[in-house]
Amino acid sequence: MAGPRRRIPVSALALTLAGATVAGGLTACAAQPDPGTVTVLNSATDTAEHSANQDFFDACAEPLGLRVKQISVPADQVATKALRMASSDSLPDILELDGSELSQFAETGGLRPLPETGFDAEGFSDSAVSLGSYDGVQYGVARSVNSLALIYNTTMLAEAGLEPPTTWEELRSTAAELTGGSTYGMAFSASPNADGVYQFLPFFWSAGGDEAQLAEGTGGQQALQLWKDLVDDGSASRSVVNWNQQDVNDQFVSGRAAMMVNGPWQVPVLSAQDAVDWAVASIPVPQAGQDPVPPIGGTVMTVPKNSDTERERNAGAILNCLNSQENQLAWGERVNNVPTRAEAAQAYRELHPKLAPFADLVATARSRTAEVGTRWPMVGDALAGAFQSVLTGRATPEQALNRAAQQAGE
Amino acid sequence: MTTTTETTPAGGPAATDASPVRTAPRSAARRRRLYQWLFVAPAVLYLLAFFGFPLVRNILMSFQEFTPTTYFTGEAPFNGLDNWRAVFSNELFGDALWQTVLFTIGSLAGQFTIGLALAVFFTRRFPLSGVVRAVLLLPWLVPMVVSAVVWRRIMDEDHGVLNSFLKTLGLTGDGVPWLSSPSVALLSAVLVNIWIGIPFNMVILYGGLQEIPREVYEAAALDGAGPWRTFRSITLPMLRPVVTVVLVLGFMSTIKVLDLILALTGGGPADSTQTLGTMTYQLSFMQLDFGQGAVVGNVLILVSAVFAVLYLRVNRAQSGQGK
Repeated sequence: MAGPRRRIPVSALALTLAGATVAGGLTACAAQPDPGTVTVLNSATDTAEHSANQDFFDACAEPLGLRVKQISVPADQVATKALRMASSDSLPDILELDGSELSQFAETGGLRPLPETGFDAEGFSDSAVSLGSYDGVQYGVARSVNSLALIYNTTMLAEAGLEPPTTWEELRSTAAELTGGSTYGMAFSASPNADGVYQFLPFFWSAGGDEAQLAEGTGGQQALQLWKDLVDDGSASRSVVNWNQQDVNDQFVSGRAAMMVNGPWQVPVLSAQDAVDWAVASIPVPQAGQDPVPPIGGTVMTVPKNSDTERERNAGAILNCLNSQENQLAWGERVNNVPTRAEAAQAYRELHPKLAPFADLVATARSRTAEVGTRWPMVGDALAGAFQSVLTGRATPEQALNRAAQQAGE
Repeated sequence: MTTTTETTPAGGPAATDASPVRTAPRSAARRRRLYQWLFVAPAVLYLLAFFGFPLVRNILMSFQEFTPTTYFTGEAPFNGLDNWRAVFSNELFGDALWQTVLFTIGSLAGQFTIGLALAVFFTRRFPLSGVVRAVLLLPWLVPMVVSAVVWRRIMDEDHGVLNSFLKTLGLTGDGVPWLSSPSVALLSAVLVNIWIGIPFNMVILYGGLQEIPREVYEAAALDGAGPWRTFRSITLPMLRPVVTVVLVLGFMSTIKVLDLILALTGGGPADSTQTLGTMTYQLSFMQLDFGQGAVVGNVLILVSAVFAVLYLRVNRAQSGQGK
């Protein structure tokens, strides 16, 4: 009997010790933050982007007598990193999330409504405000936003005597005419992840598709049919189901695609090469005269709740400065995105006529989470399942959307 | 008097005298046991902290509503079997389970057969055999994600090297839709995984072959056994312990496949390459529903545990036979 009785205290002691060590470690992690330093969690892992960000932060923090420290992790890890920080009560003062992730964070109640931090929310475009809002409350602000447009090879279109298509019908015929040899007329991303879903939305929404009622109406079916037709015509590669937006750009730059759907973040790559001449046009719409409804994308800066209101106020002050008209314009030019202040966007449009279609598209663009909020990840996944099964011939557009509606838990 | 002697104070010293004699061995034994436990403690603590805790946590989590809110409030209300019901009624789960089975069996069969063939091949000495063997190890050294990205290019339907090669040989007119057709994509993933797994199988099996005494083969040759007979009656039976190790380890690393699939197909097209691993990833880290993610994770753990137990039993039976 002595044996077992002895055993318990020893291991218990050891466990207590281990527990104490772990607890000690944790308190060390959550050390008191420096009151003069504002911390930021973002996805600026690229050195150039990181230092450009730092320049803007420094310029805004200095007059306030503050310093800014950035913590940058890869874009797809920001959310999970932030959640881990939340559980150890060590969230940064400014949390920069992807617009599509905002609802899930706002729903937790862990974010401070921006007006309460002293942030001035006047003068922003409606689409930008909706990107940063959840349930009618603004939790995040985007300095600049992106959308999708039709980028085309000017040489190829000129040689074929064609204008960039404005309607779906023109898109099909133009793409078919431009197809030949090792060149496809059209390229887009239909990968089963956020990239593919983002690219499907301008077609889905422009046709009147409704992400809250996937199986309702015929808009969604028409959009699926358009993609299917492009692939069946041979105007787009069957590999689109594997291509992310980067792959699509690679195809375009190597001359294997005459037109593509892509966003302004490709501009640095497109400008750096001289193999193909390119221009930007608006996304084709189902019928002539309609307004395209592309998705709005970009990151939003949020302020996590902090027991120290002073820190929240500091964060709010920095956000105000970053979103001044000059700073927004400068930042938009730096990242080729459209500023979210209406006046800054206008100035951007005039300074960069080549990218003007993006500025116009952003005005009518829609946020992915505006309607379905925290359900977006499931809805997006269901949409991906729909276009993937249609493109691979596993389902008709109608079947695919019925299944998607069920998958999205409608 | 006898009673007095027993109760006299003299009895006290006698008793105290006796007690050290009686307890000395006991405390020594105690101390020895304490030392034993001190030596075992680091391993036990390590196991508890890094295996026991996550395991228990994962099981608990599958019965909880564990969402982003949990990280802020620390509250994860128990919701009974809701997560399990949601996962099992998800059409994708059945598909993912079946595809995981196909992927695992296909990969193991291919890796093992080719690995064994190469191992037997390399037991014969020939010029440059060492160099060739070293080159064959390369797939093992390349990070999985890098291999997957390269294979993605090789298997591209329009411009991939593989299709160009097949077209040149006249084996296919249109090109095989390696990664763009739901009916071929899983096979492609299996092929890539076989390529990745061959070196591991070859190295371990080659090591096992070296252990088989030459004399047995010589005796067989004297008895007039042909190469096939020798392989079946000597090589395979004597290699059995190593075969078990290779297959079980291969099983464990194959069934939880994630990185290869994510980089190669992302689970597509049309979910045709979704496995339990990618499904866990999607539920937990894309949809941030950690409860449901944990359910799929638990299923994976359970399957692995069943095979680990089988492995231990076989191992014990074999070492028993050895004695």
